[in-house]
Amino acid sequence: MTEPADRGRRDFISAGVAAGGGLLLGLTLSGSGKRASAAAGGAKSARTASQLNAWLKIGADNSITIIVDRSEMGQGVYTALPMLIAEELNVNLDAIQVVAAPVGDAYVNPGNGGQVTGTSNSVQDAWEKLRTAGAQARLMLTQAAAKHWQIDIGECRAINGTIAARGKVLTYGQLAAAAAKEPIPKDVKLRPRSEFQIIGKSTARIDSPGKVDGSAEFGLDVKLPGMLYAAIAQSPVLGGKVKTLDSLAAGRMPGVRKILSTDSGVVVVADHFWQALQARKALDVSWDPGGNLRLDNQLISAMLKKTAAAGAGLTARADGDVAQALKAAQQRFNSSYELPLLAHATMEPMNCTADVKANGCDLYVGTQVQQVAQVTAAAAAGLEPSQVRVHTTLLGGGFGRRLDVDFIPAAVEASKAVGAPVKLIWTREDDMTHDTYRPPALEELNAGFDAAGKLTAFSLHIVSPSITARMFPPVKGVDDSVIEYAINFPYDVPNVAVTYSRQEIGIDVGYMRSVSHAPNCFVIESFMDELAAAAARNPYDFRMELLRKKPRHRRVLQLAAERAGFGKAPAGRHQGIAFMEGYTTHLAAVAEVSIEQGALKVHRMVCVVDCGQMINPRIVESQIESGIVFGLSAALWGEVTIAAGRVQQTNFNNYRLVRGNEMPEIDVHLVESSEPPGGIGEPAVALVAPAICNAIFAATGKRIRKLPIGVQNLLRPA
Amino acid sequence: MTSITVNNQVLNVDAAADTPLLWVLRDHLSMTGTKYGCGMALCGACTVHVDGVATRSCVLPLRQVLGKSITTIEGLSKDRSHAVQKAWLEIDVPQCGYCQSGQIMSAAALLKSNPHPSDAEIDAAMSGNLCRCGTYPRIRKAIHRAAELLAGPAK
Repeated sequence: MTEPADRGRRDFISAGVAAGGGLLLGLTLSGSGKRASAAAGGAKSARTASQLNAWLKIGADNSITIIVDRSEMGQGVYTALPMLIAEELNVNLDAIQVVAAPVGDAYVNPGNGGQVTGTSNSVQDAWEKLRTAGAQARLMLTQAAAKHWQIDIGECRAINGTIAARGKVLTYGQLAAAAAKEPIPKDVKLRPRSEFQIIGKSTARIDSPGKVDGSAEFGLDVKLPGMLYAAIAQSPVLGGKVKTLDSLAAGRMPGVRKILSTDSGVVVVADHFWQALQARKALDVSWDPGGNLRLDNQLISAMLKKTAAAGAGLTARADGDVAQALKAAQQRFNSSYELPLLAHATMEPMNCTADVKANGCDLYVGTQVQQVAQVTAAAAAGLEPSQVRVHTTLLGGGFGRRLDVDFIPAAVEASKAVGAPVKLIWTREDDMTHDTYRPPALEELNAGFDAAGKLTAFSLHIVSPSITARMFPPVKGVDDSVIEYAINFPYDVPNVAVTYSRQEIGIDVGYMRSVSHAPNCFVIESFMDELAAAAARNPYDFRMELLRKKPRHRRVLQLAAERAGFGKAPAGRHQGIAFMEGYTTHLAAVAEVSIEQGALKVHRMVCVVDCGQMINPRIVESQIESGIVFGLSAALWGEVTIAAGRVQQTNFNNYRLVRGNEMPEIDVHLVESSEPPGGIGEPAVALVAPAICNAIFAATGKRIRKLPIGVQNLLRPA
Repeated sequence: MTSITVNNQVLNVDAAADTPLLWVLRDHLSMTGTKYGCGMALCGACTVHVDGVATRSCVLPLRQVLGKSITTIEGLSKDRSHAVQKAWLEIDVPQCGYCQSGQIMSAAALLKSNPHPSDAEIDAAMSGNLCRCGTYPRIRKAIHRAAELLAGPAK
C-alpha cells in the first residue's frame, strides 16, 4: 500500500466480443506487472500477455453486467460503482447485474498499489475510470446503431438501454455484437454535474434484496459438491506453534475425515462443521509458545514508554522550528495519551473455502486483497498464482480485518490433504483471540503559546508498532498507517512537528477502519480542547480561529455547532466538539452527554460531512451512521487485553459492542458539494472518541487520556 | 434420521441430537440465510422462529425442536413480501448484511406479538441482535414502518 501509483501502465482500453455475442469493455494491459507484484508483497500475480479485465458486459439478451473490482463489505461499492457506469451508459440501475471481479491487473487500485479495498478510496479511484468506460460503451453502441441505419451518429440518442433515431429503436443487446467491433473512442467528454441523472441521487442499494431474504452469499455460505468442513485449533499464546499432537481420540469422533498439523494450527476436517468442532475438543496438542509467553498489557505499555523516552523518533512533518518555538513560548503545555489494542470483530468470523485440484485451486473467500489471497493460496497449494482463481464473496464486515489472509493457508492445505473442497470456519473465539489487532499507541504532545496568547508550537510524538512493515515489507522510515492523520494536522500553527518511533510488541497488528485517523484524531482533538481550556477559550472559537484560512474546514465545523446548538446544551447535558479532514472528506461532530453519579450517557451525536460530490447520499448517510456506531463501541468499551501472551477477550460477552438499546440519537447532515468525491467508509469513526471525551471534560473537568472511557471514574473531583 | 418441520415442510436430517439447529439448517439443509455469529446466544445472527417465538438457533440442540414448527428467513416469505422485509428495503437497512436475517426474524416476531411497538419496546426486543455496521437507527425506523405496513394501506 506504500508503492506509488503507476498510472502509465493503464494503457489500452479494449473491447471484445463476449461469449454468446455481446460487448465486453475493459482494459488490456501489457508489461511486466510490476504494480501487481508490489501489491502482493513481492509475489507475482496471475496475468496473461493480453489480458482483458472487463468492467462491463452487454449481452445479446440485453443483460448488463457490471464487474466490480472492490469488495462489498457494507460500504456500498456494489451500488456506487455501477452508478458511475450507469450514469454515462444511460441505463437504469435495476437493469444491472453486479458480479465480483477476478484477480486482474486492471483492477489494481493505484491509490493502494494493489487490488485492494481499503483507505476509503473506491469511489475516488473509480470516479473518472468507470464513467469513462460507461461513456465509451454508449458511444460504441451509438456508432453501431448509426452504421446499421446508415445515418449520422448525431441523430442517434441513447435512452435507457436503447439507441433511438427517426422513430426507430434498437436495444443495447441487439447492438452489442456490432458495437464490439467499433473503435474505442478516445477523449470522451463526461457529463457535467448539472446533467447528472443518477449520480448524487439517493438510490436503493443493489445488494439489499439478497440481504433481506437470506440469499446473499457470504464466505460462510459457500457450498460446493462434496464439500467438507474444517475447524482449527490455534496456539493459545499468540505466535505459538504446534509442538506435539495426539489426534487418536479426535480421529475416532463421528464424521472426522482428517486431522492435519499446519503452520497455522491443527486442522480437523469432518463431514459437518459441528462434528469438526466436537473433534477439536478431543485433540491433545502441546504448543511451543514462541516468544510471547511474558507478553501482557503492562509489558506493552512499558515498551512504548521506554521508546517514547528514548527520543523523538523519525520526522514525519516539520513546519518551522518547534524546539525553538517551545523554548520561546510564554506558556507551555504537555500531555500524553494511550490507545489500546482493538479487535475488528466482524459479524462474520474469518472463513475460507478452498477446492484444490492437481492443476488449480478455486478459492471462495471474503477478502479485501484478491492478489494477496491468490499468492497466499498458491504458496499453500504448491501451485502458481495463475492457477488460483479467487472468487470474492460478500464480506460480513471487513473493517480492515480482511486485508489479512492468515485464515487462507489452512483451508488450502486441508483441501489439498483430503482431495475435496473444504470450508474452514473460525469460531467467534478463534476470531476474537487471533485477530490482527489495531495497534496500541502512546502519543506525547507539547504546545506553546506566545506572549500574545497565540498558539505558536505544536508537536506530536507517536510510539506504536508498524502495520505496513509487516504487510508490505520493507518499510523504511515513517509508516503512513500510523502517522497519516497526524501529518494532516489541520490547524494554522507556525511550528508543527510530528515524529514517529516504531516499537513492535511481538504480535501481529493490522489495519482497522479509520486506521491512523481514529487514534490521532482522538489525540489531536482532545489536546486542542486542552489547549482551548488552558487559554480560557471556547473550544469552538479556538478551532475556528486556527482554521481561518480554510473555508471548507470552517463550514463543517460551523454547521455542526449550529445544528447541535453548541454552547446551548439543555440543562444537565454537556457538549464536546471535534473536527477532522481525512480521506479527502471534511467533517465535524458534536457529542451531547450527561453524567449521573459517574455514569456516562451519550444522548446525541451530530455529524456534518462534506465529502465532495456524493454518488448516493443515502449510502453516505448510512456510512456516517455506521462510523459513529463503530467509533462509539471503541470509545466506550473497546479494549483487547493480553495476559501471558493470550488474548483475554473471547466473545461478545467480554468484548462489548454497542447494542441498539444503547444508541444515542444520531443526526447526520450532508453538505452538497461539487468537489471531487472523498471517502466515507472510515472518517466518521475518528470523531466519536474526541467529541465524547471533550464533552466529558465539559461536564466534569476530567480529561480522558486513555481509551476506552469504559470503567474510568468520571465523578467530578471533589 | 430425525424429522423436523422447517418452513412448513417436514425434512429428514441425519445429524446427532446435540447438533445445534443452526448447523442443521446451514450444513444439512443448505439454508444458509441463518448466520453463525457467536455460538453463545450473544449476537442474534442465528435468530429463527420456533413455534413463532424468536429463538437463538446456535444454542438450540436438534433434539429440542422435534415436533416444533421452525421458520427461517427463507420461510418468512417467498418473495420478500413480509412487511418487515418490505420496510427493510424501503429504508435500505442492510450494510454488510450479515446480521440482517437475525434482525429481521427478531423484528418479525416482535411485530407479531406487539403490532405497534414504542421505541423502548423495540430497544428491549432488539437488544440481543448485534450489528457491527451500526444499522440500529435504520432498524428502528424500519420496524416502525413495518408496523405501518401491517396496519393497512399507507395513509
